[in-house]
Formats: sequence, C-alpha cells, structure tokens
Amino acid sequence: MTVTAASPPSPLASPPSTPVVSVRGVWTRYGKTEALRGIDLDIPAGLMIGMIGPDGVGKSSLLSLISGARVVQEGDVRVLGGDMRDRRHRLDVCPRIAYMPQGLGKNLYPTLSVEENLQFFGRLFGHDGPERRRRIDELTRATGLDPFLSRPAGKLSGGMKQKLGLCCALIHDPDLLILDEPTTGVDPLARAQFWDLIADIRKTQGQMSVIVATAYMDEAQRFDWLVAMDDGNVLDTGTPQEVFDRTGTTSLEEAFIALLPEEKKRGHRAVVIPPLEAEENDIAIEAQGLTMRFGDFTAVDHVSFRIRRGEIFGFLGSNGCGKSTTMKMLTGLLPASEGKAWLFGKEVDSSDISTRRRVGYMSQAFSLYGELTVRQNLELHARLFHVPREEIPARVTEMVERFDLTHVLEELPESLPLGMRQRLSLAVAMVHKPDLLILDEPTSGVDPVARDGFWRLLVELSRRDKVTIFISTHFMNEAMRCDRMSMMHAGKVLDSDVPQRLIDKRGAKDLEEAFIGYLVDAGGDTRSPQAHSLQEGAPAMSGEPSHPDTGGAFSLQRCLTYAWRETLELQRDPVRATLALAGSLILMLVIGFGMTTDINELSYAVLDRDGSLLSQNYALDISGSDYFVEHAPIRDYDDLDLRLKDGELALGIEIPPGFGRDVSAGRQVSIGTWFDGANPSRAETVQGYIQGLHQHWLTEQVRRRTGSSAGTFSLENRYRYNPDVQSLPAMVPLVIPLLLLMLPAMLTALAVVREKEIGSIINLYVTPVTRSEFMLGKQAPYVGLALINFLLMVLMAIFIFGVPVKGSFPTLLLAATIYCISATGMGLLASALTRSQIAAMFLAMIGTMIPATTLGGMTDPVSSMEGGARFMGEIYPASHMFTISRGVFAKALGFSDLAGSFLPLAISAPVIVGVAIMLLKKQEA
Amino acid sequence: MLTRLSNIYRLGVKELWSLWRDPIMLVLIAFVFTVSVYTSANSTPETLHNAAIAIVDEDDSPLSQRIVSSFYPPQFVVPRMIVPQQIDPGMDAGDFTFVLHIPYGFQRDVLAGRGAEIQLNTDATRMSQAFTGSGYIQQIVNGEVNEFVNRYRANTVPQVDLAIRARFNPTLNKSWFGALAQIINQIAMLSIILTGAALIREREHGTIEHLLVMPVTPFEIMMSKVWSMGLVVLLASALSVNLVVRALMHVPIAGSLPLFFAGAALVLFSTTSMGIFLATIARNMPQFGMLMILVLLPLQMLSGGSTPRESMPQLVQDVMLFAPTTHFVELGQAILFRGAGFDVVWPQFAATFAIGVVFFAVALARFRSTISAMA
Repeated sequence: MTVTAASPPSPLASPPSTPVVSVRGVWTRYGKTEALRGIDLDIPAGLMIGMIGPDGVGKSSLLSLISGARVVQEGDVRVLGGDMRDRRHRLDVCPRIAYMPQGLGKNLYPTLSVEENLQFFGRLFGHDGPERRRRIDELTRATGLDPFLSRPAGKLSGGMKQKLGLCCALIHDPDLLILDEPTTGVDPLARAQFWDLIADIRKTQGQMSVIVATAYMDEAQRFDWLVAMDDGNVLDTGTPQEVFDRTGTTSLEEAFIALLPEEKKRGHRAVVIPPLEAEENDIAIEAQGLTMRFGDFTAVDHVSFRIRRGEIFGFLGSNGCGKSTTMKMLTGLLPASEGKAWLFGKEVDSSDISTRRRVGYMSQAFSLYGELTVRQNLELHARLFHVPREEIPARVTEMVERFDLTHVLEELPESLPLGMRQRLSLAVAMVHKPDLLILDEPTSGVDPVARDGFWRLLVELSRRDKVTIFISTHFMNEAMRCDRMSMMHAGKVLDSDVPQRLIDKRGAKDLEEAFIGYLVDAGGDTRSPQAHSLQEGAPAMSGEPSHPDTGGAFSLQRCLTYAWRETLELQRDPVRATLALAGSLILMLVIGFGMTTDINELSYAVLDRDGSLLSQNYALDISGSDYFVEHAPIRDYDDLDLRLKDGELALGIEIPPGFGRDVSAGRQVSIGTWFDGANPSRAETVQGYIQGLHQHWLTEQVRRRTGSSAGTFSLENRYRYNPDVQSLPAMVPLVIPLLLLMLPAMLTALAVVREKEIGSIINLYVTPVTRSEFMLGKQAPYVGLALINFLLMVLMAIFIFGVPVKGSFPTLLLAATIYCISATGMGLLASALTRSQIAAMFLAMIGTMIPATTLGGMTDPVSSMEGGARFMGEIYPASHMFTISRGVFAKALGFSDLAGSFLPLAISAPVIVGVAIMLLKKQEA
Repeated sequence: MLTRLSNIYRLGVKELWSLWRDPIMLVLIAFVFTVSVYTSANSTPETLHNAAIAIVDEDDSPLSQRIVSSFYPPQFVVPRMIVPQQIDPGMDAGDFTFVLHIPYGFQRDVLAGRGAEIQLNTDATRMSQAFTGSGYIQQIVNGEVNEFVNRYRANTVPQVDLAIRARFNPTLNKSWFGALAQIINQIAMLSIILTGAALIREREHGTIEHLLVMPVTPFEIMMSKVWSMGLVVLLASALSVNLVVRALMHVPIAGSLPLFFAGAALVLFSTTSMGIFLATIARNMPQFGMLMILVLLPLQMLSGGSTPRESMPQLVQDVMLFAPTTHFVELGQAILFRGAGFDVVWPQFAATFAIGVVFFAVALARFRSTISAMA
C-alpha cells in the first residue's frame, strides 16, 4: 500500500464565489485570556481547508464557533449563508454541519458499540431504520470498521476511534465537515487510511467543504487552501503554493516558522544531535521476555530490549500495540505477567521506592494536578522526590527557565494550551534529576516549533547529563532522531535498530514507508480490500434527501434516541442498576425494621427516702409497667447525677421522706422525677409514660379509699389506621417515597454531568437535538428504573413486611409516576447546575436526603413546622408523596380523597424539570 | 520515618489545594454546616407543636366546655368543633391528628361515678406526634376532670403531684438535639464524599497513576487524604458548633468542646477510611453514588440521631454498634448536653478508635490490592 495525498488538488482557477464561512471581527475571551483577537476570515466553499498554527493560538476556539458549539461573544460569524448568533439559523443549519472535536473519540460513547454509536447519530438526524442500515453499512465498509460493529467504542484503538468519529460525523451528509486535529495521537498507518477515506468521500461528494486543524505539516501540505494562525490572529491564507511563494520556502514546516513573528522565531533552530558516546556494557534498561496479559488478551508478548545509559531509545507502533503497557511495566505500575526487567541492574519491583527516585515518567494522558498552579506542581513533585529543601527553589527556577514556563508560573495547568502542559509534564518528570526518563507520546498534539524545542532539551539531557531516554512517538521525524528504535505491533517488537538501518533493510525511501511496510507484513492493515473503492454515487455520500428533520420543534424521535442511548449505557453497567434496585430493597429492610417509635425498656431507678408501705406501692406500680426496667436503687443525689450523666438511667424518681404519712393526712406532697432531656423525643415519651402511670396510681388510690369511682372516667384511645400501634405499618409507607427520591435523583444527577466531564455533551451542542429532548430523553430510563424500584418495594411491603395496600393501587402508582419524574428532575437540576460529578453528587445528596428526612414531614408533620422549614415542607414533593403513600397504604384512600396532595405534586414535576432544562445550555459559553 | 511524614504532609497539602480551587464544593460545605444545620434543626418542632385537634362535644356541659377550652396553642391549634359525621373524612384527609369525642351525659356520668367514657381518635400514622400527643391529651383531660370533681366533693383524691424535671435540656428544646444530629450527619456525609469521590476522580483523570510512579506508598497516599479531608470537616464542624449552634441558636454547651472535637476527629478517622474503602469497590462515580447512599442512609437513620436507639430491634442496635456514628451520637450527647467528662465517655472513645483502626486497616488492604488496577 502506498500513502497517497489527502486529496487531489482541486481546480483553484475558479474559487467559488460565496464563502462557506465568513468571520468578521470575532473576539473570544476566557476570563482574562484572549483566544481570538478580532479575526476576519473568508473560507471558500467546496475545498479542503487546513488550519495550522502553534498550540493555543485559537484554532479550536475558532472551529467551535464555526460549528455553533460555542457562543459567539463578539463579532460576526456567518456559516452556510446565515448568522450563527441567530438561534433559528443554528437549528436550520446544524444538520448540514458535522463537527469532530479535538481528542480521541471525544464525541463517542465508550460503552456503546460501533454499531450503536452510529445508530445513535443516525437516529438523531431523523433517518428511518432501513436508511440507517444502508448508511451504516456503506460507511463502515468504506472505513474498514465493518468487522468491529459490535466492539465497544472505548475498546477501539485511537485510529479506529477517529474513523468511527468520522463515520458518525458523515452519517448525515454534511455540507461542511469540521475536524479538529483528527489525527493527533493516531499512528501513521491509520492516519494515511483516514486521509484516503476523506479523499474518497470528497470524490463522490464534491461540494462538501472540509476544515481541518492539524499539527502535522506534512498533512496540511496536501490541502487546497491554508489558514495560518498565531496568537489569536490570522497570519496568512492561501494555497500551499501561494504560501511557499510568499515566504520563499519549499516545505510547510519551514513556511510556518517563517510566518511566525520575530520573537517566536528567535528561539527556533534545527535540532542537531551529537553522536552518542555510550559504553556498550553500561545498561540502563534491560527487558527479557516481558509479557502482559489482561485475561485472554495479550497486550505485550515477550518483548526484550537493552538500552544503554544516555541513549535515546524510540518506540514506534500503531495505537494499542502495547507501547504504553510496556512502559508501565518498566515503571512498576503494572506487574508483568511473565518476564523480567532491570533498571540500572536492579530488578523492577513495584514496592522498591528507591528505584522510583531515579526514574521520571510522563504518561500519555495529561496527569498533573489541574488544581495546583505550575509552581505548586513543580514544588510538590520536588518534595515528594525528596529534593533537599534548600535546593528546591533553585531547582524549580532551573526547570521553569529550561522549559520556558516563567510567565505562567502562577497559572493553573488547565488554562494552558496543550503544548505548554506537555512541557510542564516533562518539567515535572525531570525536577528530581532522574537518570532515566520514560516518556509516553510526550509530543502528541504539540506544534512543530514547540516539538523541536522539546527535542533540543531531550538531546541536551541525553548527551550532556547522560540521562537515558525511552520515548514513544507517532512522528517519523522524531523517531529518526532516536539513537535506536523498535517497531512494535500487536504486543510484539517487529524489529529494533538504528532508524536509518531499518529504512535500508526494507529498501524504503523513508521511515514512514519502512514502518508501514513492517506493519503490513505483520498483518496490521486492517482495511478490507473492498474498502478502497467507494461505489460511485453511493447514496450515503451523495446528497439524497439527507436532512429530513431539521425542525426546532420537539421531536419525539430525537428524545427517544437519547432515551435509547441512556438505556444502553445502563445495561452496559449492570452494577449501577443492580445497586439501585438491590440497594433500595436493602435500605427498606434496614430502615423499616430499624426505625420504630415504640420506646420501651427504659431504665429507671428509685431514690426512696420514705420506705413506707405507700412509697413501696408507688415504686412497685412503676416496675410493673412494660415500659420500664428497674435498676439498682439510687443512693443519693450525686449517684443520681452520675448515673444520668453517663446515660445509664433515663429516669430517676425521688419519693420524699414522710410520703406515706403526708398522703394519709391529706397533706400536699410532691414526688420528684428527673429524666434525661438530651434526646428530647425520647424524653417526651418518658414524660408521657410516667405521667400516665402516676395518674393511674392516683385513681387506684381513690378507688381503694372511698370505694367509689366518682370522678373517674376512662379515656378510650383509638389508634386509627394502625390499631396495634405497630411501627411497621407506619414506617413502610414513608420509607418508599424516601428511597424513591434519593436513589433515582443520584443516578440522574450523574447521568448528565458525566457527559459534561467526559466531553460527549458536545453532541448536544452541535446536533439538532434540543435541550428538552436531551433532558427528557435522558430522564426517561431513570423514571422507568425508579418505577421498577417502586414496584419491588411495594411487593416487599406486602409480602415481607406484611403491610398491605389498603387503598387504591392505581392511585398510588399514578402518584409514584409523577413523583419519580420530580425525583429524577431534581437529579437533572443538580447536574444542570454543576460541572463536576462530585459537586453534582453532593448537591443531589443535600437536595434530597436532608429535606426529605427533616422537612418532608417524615417524623414530624409539616403542619407543625414553622417559618422557612414549613414553606419548604409545603412545596417539597416528598411531603405530598408521604401523605399519599400513607393515605393509600394505611387509610384505604383513593384518588378523590387525596386530590389535594396530587395537585402540588403534579405542579412540582414539570416545574422542576422545566427549571433544569432552562439551566442547561445549548452552547458552550 | 521522617520522609514518610513529610510525604503524608505534602500530599495532604495538595489535597487541600485541590479543594480550595473547587469553589462549588466550598460553597456546598459552607452551606451544609450553616444554613442546613440551622434550618433543619429549627424545623423539628418543639415538643408538641400545633397539633391538629378537633372536638365533638355532644355533652355541652360545664365540664365538657372546660375540657374544650383547655386546648390552646402553641401545643395545639385552636380545636375545631365538629359533628360526629365529620370525624372520618377529616381524619382520612389528614386534617386532624386527634379527635376528642365527648359523649352525651358525660358530666353526669362522671359525677355519678357511672363509668363515664370519653373517646380519643388518634391518627397512628403520624408516628411520634400521635404517641406523645395522646399522652398529653390524657393528662389534660384528667386534670380538668379531677379539678372539676374536687369542687363538688370532699377532698378524696390524694394530694400527690408529680414534679417533673428534665435534666440537661429543661425545656426539651428539640432544636438542640436536632443541631447535634445534623452536624453528625454532615460530618459523615462530607468525609465520605470528600475522600471517596476525590479518589474516584483521581482515578478517572489518571492522576493516581502519576502518584504511583513516585516514591510514595499507598499508606502515605491514604493517610494524606485522611488527615487533610478530616481536618477540613473538623474545622467546618468546629465553626458550625461555635457560630451556628452556640452563637446563633443559643444552645448551651454543658461540657468540654475540645473533648467533643477529639471524639469527632476519631470518628473522622473511620469515616474517611470508609470513603476510601467505598471508592476502591466502586468502578465509577455513579456506582460510588449508589454505594454512598447505601451506607449513609442507615448511618443517619439508625445511629440514634433521628430516633432513639432504645426503640430499635436488638439486632439493629447490635449491628449499629459497629458504626462510628452511633458512638459519636452517644458521646456527643453526653459531652455537649450532660457535661460528661472523659471519665464518663471513655468507652465511646475506645470503641470509636477501635472501629477507626479496623476500617483504616481494611481500607488500606483493599486500597493496596486495587490501586494498580486503578492506574
């Protein structure tokens, strides 16, 4: 296979008259940072447009404005003939735009399979079943993804993820395709295949405009028209040839550097690598038969190599071939399944702390603390690696100067462009002056100038400081700079040697060709043969009625699409659903049996200072009660005090001296009781019991003395609805609404905010789905889950607790349905307000548990509360659900009896969901 | 040893910085320890408050009128006078918790000693209010009847009254106890969220991997989270006790606050460990959320903070002895309200410490064995 140019240069003699994108005076600011500074730009239609420039110059910001994902702060953005600030135009035009954000598979759902991801996007754009099938088959056949339809997107290699992302973008035949660094972090073979695919599609669909931001200059060189950007401004536009002519250069890499302003260019000079002077036997890293298995899958298969001290050793291989795993085994992060490795002659042992100090590791994903400033990150790592305290400031300064981070010292890494973050990662990995650096794709997504700067540092470290460097990369020019390198594929090392010798061995013209040759030999070309030919005029690519549903009105299909997707995700994580269902049953058991209000076996003791027959009779009367358990008599006040204090006694009774005599004489006497008021609800019960007993004793005395029962009466207390005064029939109807509130709210809260944290929220921004379709669609499966939950709990109430539903079950079911909508709505609200999962979880917890248990009238009726708490209790849906549940379970009531509680419940559900929808944003701010 | 302590200290400081840079979390922490404590403590009505009562008076005698006029706010709402037909609908709708039914000829029967009977209907689904309320009503009716009868007859009833004194909280002000229960709940909730969810986030963002290649041990990583997040919660609760509970709500504190916070620190040791333990079980944040509710809700409901422990089945009482919050509720009550000293509460301290050590050890073992899978 040969690597072809991305596309044949289009005839530029007649550029289309109306630009596809027209930008005037656009500014974008994030806080104090100015990402775009007054951009004016017209992008011609029907071409392949390349956007090049260093990191953090505003390429991504501009692309997200064009795609409609981000709010236009200032200026004018016209795309496909309309104003992107106009909501109506965005809705009209978004089915004609496809946007693939930066990052591998950022808009995909990792737990969904390839097929399901494609189905999801197809449905969102309103295609019917057969139409979707046809388009998916076409696209997957063309991209060679068809054998992997059932594989979860998260388990695809980087290149395949990007192909899938492209398929998802193309499924609705866009007129404008926006790709933000689609090949960053993708291996050369997959990259070549990716561009072939785009070229094929453009062949069949000539009018499509494609805008690509890229860090690979060799890719950009093949585009029709270029936009060079720097520092929020456009430096130059034109065909590559025009750019070369203007700058007097022959390659884009040079042209790009020539275009940069003076002060940025100054630092740049070509990377020169002095020859390596290493002792043949001075080995820094040695691996023998290193193997890693995850279940059946062998990620690394008997890999062996030796790396000399001070050598720069490169790892080149396709995505997912085991490079990162090998590196992790060397650092001790993963224990090897088989084989051994030595660092500086010592066997790798994850518990060996001292070796770790000699190693600096930089992982593929950015993994520094985003909440610490650049300086704090450096200092923290210096301290953890036990750099002597007095050396730390000097060391930090040295690193900062070396990596050119001085002006961002007090900033948070999250606000830095990718290239700068990579430099910081490297600085952090080196702050303790390690003897060995293990760098996993350190330059992915870094612009050419910064990359060269980075390599000059590496060379200096290797040659001057004799630091051994073990590096993996996707850039061929970087691999060429290594002293030796290994080609890796599918867990195996294909060959290791000096790069030039590898090229010679294959007789290739350059390293890329050699590498692809090795891969193809190893069976790494995953494309099926027919993939090369897209059928001419294949409808998926050739503008049939491709935009069937563009209306801004509520679309049930799109809403159901989200519901379907959410259901799939729930299915893929069965633990989550099981926890929700089993959890509620367990909790119901615990709380149902655990929380009762009948209090008995209260401990008491008597201080009898009289000792008469009558006083003994009084004490005996109390000890006869079921409620009280007598403890040893109290000796004196101190004894009473101590025993109350340590909680031994709940009640102390003092019968005064001369009690019997005074009572007989009809004199006024007084019995003293002291009880523990620390827990007021228990104290009240104690008080009630003792007063009752006292009264009973008095009545007895009267009867005994006078023989008459005049003045006596009996108060017949009928406990309604729960005649035996059992706790269960009272508790169970309360526990159900409580659990029905907390668990669904928590699940829903995370469902939305997770998309924000992981990045797939972008699909809300750039597809025709509206906020209400999105929210309601996501909510539906959780309402369903909550209802299953409800039914299970009702069954448990009936069969395990023996608490029957005395009233109308349909009424209860209706109330539960409305209530579940409110409960999940509260989850939506929590996630609309927050940006991180922790905060959403916390908010959902505060918003449900506390109000429901204290304000909702669970233990104390709402009517007896006051002030703000009363108001909250009155409007909180749980209060009304408690009333309905109690009414139906215990009081045998039906709908008409409970209409008064249904009304507020029915109002709260749409209000909560509506507010949540309003708080969600359809565009990034 | 020194390097170990310094690592623990450094990593802990890092945790504090992370929290400091998350304004939403800070606001929420402030909220739960101030507004939330205040409102929910005050929401619990003071003893019997505004109980809804209705009276059917068929007797319409001086005695029955005496009884009717003896129910008044704030314990009761002004009684609604109703006819017997209104009893059932009114109770069904939950309009009245109590209906007192005085039958025809009640006064006559009382004076004649002919087994007079008065009927009280109580809505038993109203739980606590039903039980305390019906006791109250019985007192009131008794008192009125006795006084009435005594005026008509010689003094035959013994003159024994019951002097009732509630120790430690003389007015049985529920907001005191409510505030304590709230603070204890918040301590448990926050410490679990802060450590557990933060660990899951580190895993989801890949920063845990970074820690693992550095010369630090899992013990140090875990210890750092325990002390830093424990400190945050301890400080927040100290501020809450001093500013909200003491200054704003005027709850008198009987015992020694330092002793109370020493107990809180011990509890935090175990709850933060619990958070880490949960995080090692859950594979992602939604699972962690579910697990957390599963743990927190029983802790809140069954520790004795919302209903007295005596009323729970023996099995539940025994199981809950393994929960640190149970001992915390006990020692909190003893120290804050009963003014108990260390000589009294040392068993709770010992139990809490023992539970903390066990939780920490289990969490550490689990953390060690799963940490490599986290990277």
